[in-house]
Amino acid sequence: MTAAVLSPGRSNLHRFLSGYGQEIVVLLAIVALFVVVGATNHRFLSNTNINSIFAGNAYIAIAAIGMSMVIMAGHIDVSVGALIGVIATIAGTLAVSDYPIWVAWLVPILFAIMVNAGVGTLVAYTRIPSIVVTLGMLSILKGGLISATAGEWISNLPPEFMIAQMRPFGIPSAVWFMVALTILAALFLRYTDFGRSIYAVGGNMEAARAAGINPERTVIGVFALHGLFAGIAGILFATQLQVIQSTVPPNLELTIITASVIGGVSILGGTGTVIGSTLAAILFACIGSALIFLNVSAYWLRAVLGLMILATVLADMIRRRRDT
Amino acid sequence: MTAARFFRHETILAILTIVAMVVLASLSDKFFTADNLLNQGRLMAEVGLVSLAMTFVIVTGGIDLSVGSILGLTAILLGVFWKNVGLPLPAAMFLALACGTFAGWVNGFIITRFSVPPLIATLATLALYRGLAEGISEARSVRGYPEWFFFFGQGEVMGVPFQLWILGIATFVAAIILGLTPFGRATYAIGANEVAARFSGIRVNATKLWIYTGSGFCAALAAVIFVSRVTTTRSDMGTGLELDAITAVVLGGTSIFGGRGTIIGTALGLILIQALKNGLALSGVKGDGTIVVIGLVLIGAILVGALFDRNRGG
Repeated sequence: MTAAVLSPGRSNLHRFLSGYGQEIVVLLAIVALFVVVGATNHRFLSNTNINSIFAGNAYIAIAAIGMSMVIMAGHIDVSVGALIGVIATIAGTLAVSDYPIWVAWLVPILFAIMVNAGVGTLVAYTRIPSIVVTLGMLSILKGGLISATAGEWISNLPPEFMIAQMRPFGIPSAVWFMVALTILAALFLRYTDFGRSIYAVGGNMEAARAAGINPERTVIGVFALHGLFAGIAGILFATQLQVIQSTVPPNLELTIITASVIGGVSILGGTGTVIGSTLAAILFACIGSALIFLNVSAYWLRAVLGLMILATVLADMIRRRRDT
Repeated sequence: MTAARFFRHETILAILTIVAMVVLASLSDKFFTADNLLNQGRLMAEVGLVSLAMTFVIVTGGIDLSVGSILGLTAILLGVFWKNVGLPLPAAMFLALACGTFAGWVNGFIITRFSVPPLIATLATLALYRGLAEGISEARSVRGYPEWFFFFGQGEVMGVPFQLWILGIATFVAAIILGLTPFGRATYAIGANEVAARFSGIRVNATKLWIYTGSGFCAALAAVIFVSRVTTTRSDMGTGLELDAITAVVLGGTSIFGGRGTIIGTALGLILIQALKNGLALSGVKGDGTIVVIGLVLIGAILVGALFDRNRGG
């Protein structure tokens, strides 16, 4: 530990590598996957497949941006999967009941921001751990959704509502959203006062307070922002298929949390980048698609994914131990 | 002072449980019958066993998200060992239990040996164990267990469901271990301050390894009871069990940061949740409406607890 601190001759490259180590590992994993699987089966590199990898999972990456901010601030949200389901259903209901399309897009996002700002207020002022509040929220949203929809699907959605299926300049809009939001969020975290206060609050709340940051307001703001990203993710999820089911993929919240963590966001708060979480979400999607192209039985998909997560986490722990 | 603080949440919870029971009994005359209550106890056993172990895990400041997946994996292995490998059923049960326990040990090993945060480690094994269950079973279910096997999930001893005895004994044993033994004190010490516990000569890693292994064992035991109760084995068994168990433990007043919590609290939390689920269903609330109420009760109970804590000048 002391050796690293005392050695003044650390090169810029070394600093860059230790600062973005996890992102580089994930990026290399994606590249390696494309090379190996692409060499074995050329259709893996076809436009259709690459489109489906990126467009079909962009909403997970977007939700992971918000989740990363929440985790950086030292909190967690296990209700985001249920929230995305609720948003999709609200958006679909508005879209089929002749409201203007922009209402069907914006109202659910506002709803998500309000719900999560409420969660943030509870977490910030009552000091109830966020995992407890969001666990309760998970029950409320999930139960409320199934009760309200009775499990029915929404179909006959107007075509102009399907924002995820639009393709400006030939690239699916979901991918545009993913890239733009990742860049915006990365700049926001790095260069704005609020962005930096998120790291400060996650690193050490009392120190942040002493430095003049209002931790309560930061936590509420982070949750509201997380609501914004979850809202956008929910709209993209709602519009990628022709019907809206009243359920979301099982364990969606865990997939999103995992993307954040594999992307290098420390679960202890205070560190991480949203570029890493987006890359990790893409990596998961690539692995899922690669298995199909390598003729691995789909039943083993989750086991391989779990093994990959475990390997990444262990590699990260060993790397960190060596670095410090 | 400490004793008063210790029992505060449990007291609130006990009152809440009694109030809920009285209200539910007045809403439906079917609720407060011996038949119904015993049947609810039967349904409570699986999540109950897991919650007891989860209490230890959370008291150390950890969490185990993989219990639902361990349950699913154990259930599948039980079916595969018996039907596909052709072992006699008791041997298959024993082996499946051993595998589930080993899965818990692996969690503990990853957490202690590589100092991976428990949330991350068990998030990974949640995917891994469920994935193994899906891969091994290829989504085929196993049925046709012999009649005697159904005793564990459907049988009765002296008029009380078999698994309720198991849960009762397990609760008693867990309460004694956590409350009265050096192991229990070590568990609290680790949760309160792990570094201090280490410097006090407590074998932190060994204790944690035991606790996560125990969590795996409880999930495996719950799997056998579950399979016996529903007479079939499927790979999606126990999905979401981890959240139910954590809800019961946290509702029972165990601090998610570790260092505080009791088995009595967890037991009360379990009873309250099960009573609400059943009572509301009997009074005509649809199945999913009850989940909403449980979410509200969870937040409400913790909120009340937090307000009381603050008023004590903490």
